[in-house]
Amino acid sequence: MNLAIAAQIISFLAALVLLSAFGMLVQRRMYGLIHLFAWQGLFLSISTAVVGFVAGKHHLYISSVLTLSLKVVLLPYILHVLIQRLKIQKEVETVVNVPMTMLIGIALVIFSYHLTAPVREISTLVTRSVLAIALATVMIGLLMMITRRHAVTQIIGFLAMENGLFFAATSATYGMPLVVELGVALDVLIAAFIFGIFFFHIHTTFDSLDVEQMARLKEGD
Amino acid sequence: MNLYPFVMEILQVLILLAIGPVFVGWVRVLKCWAQGRSSAGLLQPYRDLRKLFSKDVVLAENASWIFRFTPYLVFGTAVLAGGIIPILSTDLPLAATADVIVLVALFAIARFFTALAGMDIGTAFGGMGSSREMTIASLAEPAMLMAIFTMSLASRSTSLSYMAQLVMSGQSVLRPSIVFALLAFILITLAETGRIPVDNPATHLELTMIHEAMILEYSGRHLALIEWASMMKLFLFTALGIAVFAPWGIASSADLVAVAAALLFMLLKLGVAGIVLVLIETGLAKMRLFRLTEFLGSAFLLATLGMLSYFILE
Repeated sequence: MNLAIAAQIISFLAALVLLSAFGMLVQRRMYGLIHLFAWQGLFLSISTAVVGFVAGKHHLYISSVLTLSLKVVLLPYILHVLIQRLKIQKEVETVVNVPMTMLIGIALVIFSYHLTAPVREISTLVTRSVLAIALATVMIGLLMMITRRHAVTQIIGFLAMENGLFFAATSATYGMPLVVELGVALDVLIAAFIFGIFFFHIHTTFDSLDVEQMARLKEGD
Repeated sequence: MNLYPFVMEILQVLILLAIGPVFVGWVRVLKCWAQGRSSAGLLQPYRDLRKLFSKDVVLAENASWIFRFTPYLVFGTAVLAGGIIPILSTDLPLAATADVIVLVALFAIARFFTALAGMDIGTAFGGMGSSREMTIASLAEPAMLMAIFTMSLASRSTSLSYMAQLVMSGQSVLRPSIVFALLAFILITLAETGRIPVDNPATHLELTMIHEAMILEYSGRHLALIEWASMMKLFLFTALGIAVFAPWGIASSADLVAVAAALLFMLLKLGVAGIVLVLIETGLAKMRLFRLTEFLGSAFLLATLGMLSYFILE
């Protein structure tokens, strides 16, 4: 494959990852959120495979398959089941209104572009321009955790952040060593299980997954 | 003196006048098919216009010159815009004097006067329609300019003919900035031409209408001109989208065969654009007015992301 074409495909996929991050930021419905998360995982996985092909790093194929099975199939499935069990399909509450969140998101993209400009100057990798997008994805995940009240949405924000970090690792250094990546993948999986158990406990205690409820110490009043 | 560009200019305006209603008719026919109704045919908009032209004008007693002048101005700006956008050929004398920013301003003038005319008579509906229209415009216009600036950055020019020629020369393959700008442009087109998630062109239900509320007091030839202009506006936005994002087939040389081919390509692309429009319109429900800030906000977001990804990724 031609290097220029590969770079173009990678930056296109990066744009799609960023778009899905913004989509999650503004999406109000639970199922829509999970679908967008799955799409982001898919773009990430394809992009990782393309980077692996261009750079000749074969362990990236393994991380690509890992991303595909974990973030496109398994985690969305777990979240899906969770939402069905807890019956929380309704619209997601936001702390800040949506257009404002979008503007903050745009500011974050500009900020991360500015922040990664020096790295872009010295790096010689095909994927150097993608680093800014990866950082922006991390920050948008963080923004999502801040602006949403619902525990499940915050977890999706956390997982989106992890997606961004993974993307940053692939684009900045052609991926971490395979051992580290396997460890992170396992961590995310375990975290998802623990989140699930916690959700059930929170739900049975507070009858809601709105984290505002947890600010109160006593029941009643 | 070479007469060819002027001939093309006139031909474009004639095509705009003729095809505009047919395009609206095509969209209506497709919509009828999609919803399982029988349609009134491609030429129904023409019949509507003829009917309106043959009727008398009823003017309110306190109508000022603005009310009488607006239909001609709206019609005139639409025709002028038809001379700027490369519909058939990129070799247009008017295109050299007016770039895409002028085009946006032309649409803005028409909108400004329509809003004034809506308030001129002093009915509640007119004022409400004007207020809503301006709310939407204040959000749609920045997004529109942003989307177009993204394209101008990519082609290093604000001239529509030049942009079309550059895209046709095939230097830009799969550029994220252009895809973002295209998505933003589609959302804005829906808002600017008053299609379904934003405004319903077929309704006179008082609570939801926007454009119809402003022109509720018009009748006879005035209404005919405004209706014709809004049909042309849909055509113009589609033609603008085609010229900027998919200009393949537009003639760039003074050749009769090329122009005929351009006409054929244009009809083909319009047909496809109509299908896309109908799919969007039948798939979505009309939005609540207060949700529109989010809709147009996402158009602005997409356009800005396009511009950012031009700097970051290209």
